[in-house]
Amino acid sequence: MRYLLRRLGFFVLTLWAAMTLNFFIPRLMPGSPEEALRERLSKGGSVVTAEQLRTVLAEFGFQPDKNIVLQYLEYLKAMVTGHWGVSIGSSLGVPVTTLISSALPWTLGLVGITTILAFALGTLIGTISGWRRGGLIDGIVPPVFIVTSALPYFWVALLFISLFAIGDHAILPNDFNYDQGLTPGFNGEFILSVVKHGILPAATILITAVGGWILTMRNNMITTLAEDYVRMARAKGIPSRRIMFGYAGRNAFLPNLSGFAMSLGFVISGTILVEYVFNYPGLGYMFYNATVSTDYPLLQSLFLLVTLAVLICVLLCDFAVFLLDPRARTKG
Amino acid sequence: MSAIVTGAAAPTTTATRRPRGGLLRAIMRNRKAMIGAGLLVLFVLLAAFPQLFVPGAHHDPQAIGDLPLQSPSGQHWLGTTGLGQDVYAQLIYSTRESLVIAVVAGAGATILSVLIGVSAAYLGGFADDGLSMLTDIFLVLPTFPLIIVLATYAGKGNLTVIIVVLILTGWSYGARQMRAQALSLRNRDFLESARVRGERSSYIIVVEVLPTMTSLIVANFLGAALYSVLTAAGLQFLGLGDPNSLSWGTMLYWAQNQGALVNGLPAWALSPGLAVALLGVSFALLNYAFDEISNPALRPVRRRRARSAS
Repeated sequence: MRYLLRRLGFFVLTLWAAMTLNFFIPRLMPGSPEEALRERLSKGGSVVTAEQLRTVLAEFGFQPDKNIVLQYLEYLKAMVTGHWGVSIGSSLGVPVTTLISSALPWTLGLVGITTILAFALGTLIGTISGWRRGGLIDGIVPPVFIVTSALPYFWVALLFISLFAIGDHAILPNDFNYDQGLTPGFNGEFILSVVKHGILPAATILITAVGGWILTMRNNMITTLAEDYVRMARAKGIPSRRIMFGYAGRNAFLPNLSGFAMSLGFVISGTILVEYVFNYPGLGYMFYNATVSTDYPLLQSLFLLVTLAVLICVLLCDFAVFLLDPRARTKG
Repeated sequence: MSAIVTGAAAPTTTATRRPRGGLLRAIMRNRKAMIGAGLLVLFVLLAAFPQLFVPGAHHDPQAIGDLPLQSPSGQHWLGTTGLGQDVYAQLIYSTRESLVIAVVAGAGATILSVLIGVSAAYLGGFADDGLSMLTDIFLVLPTFPLIIVLATYAGKGNLTVIIVVLILTGWSYGARQMRAQALSLRNRDFLESARVRGERSSYIIVVEVLPTMTSLIVANFLGAALYSVLTAAGLQFLGLGDPNSLSWGTMLYWAQNQGALVNGLPAWALSPGLAVALLGVSFALLNYAFDEISNPALRPVRRRRARSAS
């Protein structure tokens, strides 16, 4: 139980650290959000009164005259209660939460499915490759996936576009999440369009993400296969398939599971680039746009959200380890 | 101390000292390491003497020509950019900045992780708890978004900013490995005898502990360099680098901006990314080879053993 409590404590602490970074980075860095905002507001030719400016800035939680500690506490409260302010970027005045909730499903669908698929596939291939040490699969797997794991996400995306989505032989679309001529709805045509638009981004993430998990799983598997309990299982005459998954695989899987949670941050970073290349209107693309238009509230909220997502995954993996590994339960 | 990876085995590098030259010989015998090293040497040559690899007519890679958006030809091997610059010349001359970012940021991150990891293990107690917690937090914070946020606020385009940010976000994974390794060393006899001799802690760390960690440190540097190459290229590709600098990421940014793919110029759009990928592959191959060298169980098996294992 102490193990779980400690993991929960870590969760809260890291979330707090992320929020604090979020608060202090814009205040320590050169270039104030005030200037960016004034520039943006007056760009449309409209005159901005000092009053308006102050209101929007206050929404953002930026009150330069106030005590910094008070500001910080108020900011923390606003973040926790979901008052994330309004966008000061291209969609001026729209609550950040509205913007995010429109993009969230797309990213969850695309990245969620591909990441889990990549992890499952990677673990399976890694298990098999490590099991048949020096076999045909094991001869090919490490070199190939060392190479794919070092490929830049955006380059794979560009390569796919030039192979499949450009020119006369284009067979797949290269941008947006669905055919813009269609109205979203639960019908065959729309779903087909969504799937078609998702194939290339999904393949990109899959190919670049799967390598790392294959390699770590393979190496864990090899280390585990040298353990005495595997030899014991063999001596008892347990079918090799059961040794492979139930004995060696299960134990080799644990470190990989924790690694999964940690490398999520890396996948998310790749997603920003993939969504950017494919103009896929998910959170990553929104993140990029927020950067371009110096939309601080949106940028901060997105960063917080991404951190939260990673932390929740870490926590879930901790729970899974807790369930799978008796040592974690007793160690406390 | 709370560890994110409760089950994760620390890399069990052999702590025994190898005779000098053993490491080099191990590299020579590993095919992955040789391919990786060969690629790296090629990139170093390109970075040091770009003019040797570019025909004389294109020695100024930023020179604006009068033939924009050309397909590859005898005169322009990889075509030209929207401003008529020679893509091949830009590609070769860009090696320097990309390599410098990789090496400097990789080295910086490695030094930081050695400092934090080894001192956490060596100091123990509260210092260890604090430093390990810091490491764990940095480990799960999504770095690329953080980098984008930092680069946006800190002003775009500054090379120093990019390198500093890469170092600040890239050290945590290594620090955790260093700590695990240093912890396993702490109670070894040769350290005990140094302590009994009355050596200072700083002397023990530098002269006794660090040399035994060489292979882990090298592997870490390679990992950090790989991370830096990919991340820096991603940042520049998004337009967060200096748009006037010569680097692969910046080339990709311009190719994307001027619609290289749509205009039917895949050579321009893809070659800088290929260069990034190759440099990344060379680091990754070396890194994996180092894993194999320091952990004999991972080495490719000979046929005879393979048959008996399956």
